[in-house]
Amino acid sequence: MARRLNIGAVRSSFAPWADPAAVPLARFEGVTKRFGDAVAVAGVSLDIYEREFFALLGPSGCGKTTLMRLLAGFETPDAGRVLLGGQDLAGVPPHRRPVNMMFQSYALFPHLNVFDNVAFGLRQDAMPKAEIRARVEEMLEMVQMASLARRRPDQLSGGQRQRVALARAIARRPRMLLLDEPMAALDKKLREETQFELKELQARLGLTFLIVTHDQEEAMTVADRIAVMRDGAIEQVATPAEIYEAPASRYVADFLGDVNLFEARVDRVEPGAAQVRLASAECPAGFTALDDDAPAPATQVWLAVRPEKMTIALEPPPPGTPNVLEGQVWDIGYTGDWTTYLVDLAEDRTIRVARANASRLVDRPIGREDKVWVSFAPDAGVVLTR
Amino acid sequence: MGHRSWLAAIPPYAWLLVFFLFPFVLVAKLSVSHTVLAIPPYAPTLDLSRGAAGVRDFIGGLSGDTYRRLGQDHLYLAAYLSSLKVAAISTALLLLVGYPMAYGMARASPRSRTLLLMAVILPFWTSFLIRVYAWIAILKPEGLLNLVLSWLHFGPVEILNTPTAVYIGVVYSYLPFMVLPLYAALEKLDPTLLEAAADLGATPWRAFWRVTFPLSRPGVAAGSLLCFIPIVGEFVIPDLLGGPQSLMIGRTIWTEFFANRDWPSASAVAIVLLATLTLPILAYQHQQARALEGRR
Repeated sequence: MARRLNIGAVRSSFAPWADPAAVPLARFEGVTKRFGDAVAVAGVSLDIYEREFFALLGPSGCGKTTLMRLLAGFETPDAGRVLLGGQDLAGVPPHRRPVNMMFQSYALFPHLNVFDNVAFGLRQDAMPKAEIRARVEEMLEMVQMASLARRRPDQLSGGQRQRVALARAIARRPRMLLLDEPMAALDKKLREETQFELKELQARLGLTFLIVTHDQEEAMTVADRIAVMRDGAIEQVATPAEIYEAPASRYVADFLGDVNLFEARVDRVEPGAAQVRLASAECPAGFTALDDDAPAPATQVWLAVRPEKMTIALEPPPPGTPNVLEGQVWDIGYTGDWTTYLVDLAEDRTIRVARANASRLVDRPIGREDKVWVSFAPDAGVVLTR
Repeated sequence: MGHRSWLAAIPPYAWLLVFFLFPFVLVAKLSVSHTVLAIPPYAPTLDLSRGAAGVRDFIGGLSGDTYRRLGQDHLYLAAYLSSLKVAAISTALLLLVGYPMAYGMARASPRSRTLLLMAVILPFWTSFLIRVYAWIAILKPEGLLNLVLSWLHFGPVEILNTPTAVYIGVVYSYLPFMVLPLYAALEKLDPTLLEAAADLGATPWRAFWRVTFPLSRPGVAAGSLLCFIPIVGEFVIPDLLGGPQSLMIGRTIWTEFFANRDWPSASAVAIVLLATLTLPILAYQHQQARALEGRR
């Protein structure tokens, strides 16, 4: 039974990666890059499609920036190939690659004003002057920087600089725009605004964007697909919703959002109901999880459950309810829209349960040190083998 | 800063007063005196024992005649122009030699960078005069250079006592003054900017002229002025390597002072030289101030 994930995808019809006939715009084929003894990228294969907004997500040092720099041409692979539009990029210097990059530091030329910064790339192509002027003005208009065209970078705010860097990178209409932590230097509010603007821009221009970020929220907000990286390798490539709701590993589950992980062993597989029973020291009654592709009995697994998919109550649930855990509230985090409960199950074992604050008034609010029952539906947990 | 912070300003100003302002006033006074066959070889001298009358006689005895003579004698003008020409050409040569050196240093790995920096500074630890004499040994007709050339079956060249020898000596001696400011400017350059230029389609050559060079301009200005200003007044190198016919203002001052015992003329030439250099010195100050501001 192929259960469909509850995904409110913005562009549900856009899924070239699911089409076997689709030709990727950029392709990494078993790419490895070493720096001395350190392996920055370890045998990565990856396809990025035309008009896709693709995110490389991972902690610092996971190789995501190196992967992007391999595409830009600032690094050369030690093994494997990087292709763009079917052409092997080996030996093509950065200045001849039809991709443009927006640098994390923005790398605006400090001796040139905003106009000349944006015009820099166009002037390398022997474009007529009038055309350059028109294009630069169009770009500056688009990022709402037209009125500051004569300013120098050091006379701009961080957000303005970021816009100029963006305008400069798209002015040449690259086949692919590479964004290296484009919003790392912005404050939270501006970052969120910019994320949506980037998305809109990408859709409007019909360009392919590749973004490198360590911010999972940012990746989820902007990207059509995310590649989660770890130690130079790719852990999972999927849409944001798939990555969140069906993570491939504990690492992915933990990296994106909060998760409670329960160590367990496969007890019994019920193929008819697409269910699997798990034995676990943490839940004497065992766990029940929905899974149509469960591993064989006795396999060591982990059950990953997101805090917001759990229910917390002061009363025990009716008998027969699956996946019930007993505990005591240890701490409460209130953020207005959500309340997060830290629940002590046993010694040294705390889980997180989140509840949306749907109503303003609650008869009997859950307080610290209250005895509580936490439960979750069989389809709330994901069985992970690694 | 405490209320006594002005105390910190005393030593530098005292230094300037003793070692710059006093000598300057002395030389300025000399330049408006006239020569006499006596000791000291100039008049008037200030005789304070005669009180106000002494001061009045002293001031009455001063005149601008030496300056008038300076204007009439074309030799002085020729010496000035020749000095400026030598300084300008030397500075250009220094830039041509020093820029690639500084660029290479700035691009080298941190470890070899230290070594290269030492290589630039190390010659400074031996005597300047010995180093210039060494060039005589190299450039003289039966010297090292011609020895090597004869092995390679090239005819002997006459370099010593020609302007070429002066340029060689000047470029060699002043190179650190050019390389170090250039290195300081180039080392600060963010390599990401060059990546950005390449990313935007600039070939390495164009990236150099559009990004590296404009951004190293403060270093170019500092190095050029730091070399140009002292080279104009350079005496030792043209004297030792340029031979008797080399015409430079430093030599003229020396000749006036020691050969002709004409202290007032020597002083006047020195004052005019200082006035000529005021413009580049101000330019240097202005550039340094701007560089400081830019760092803020």
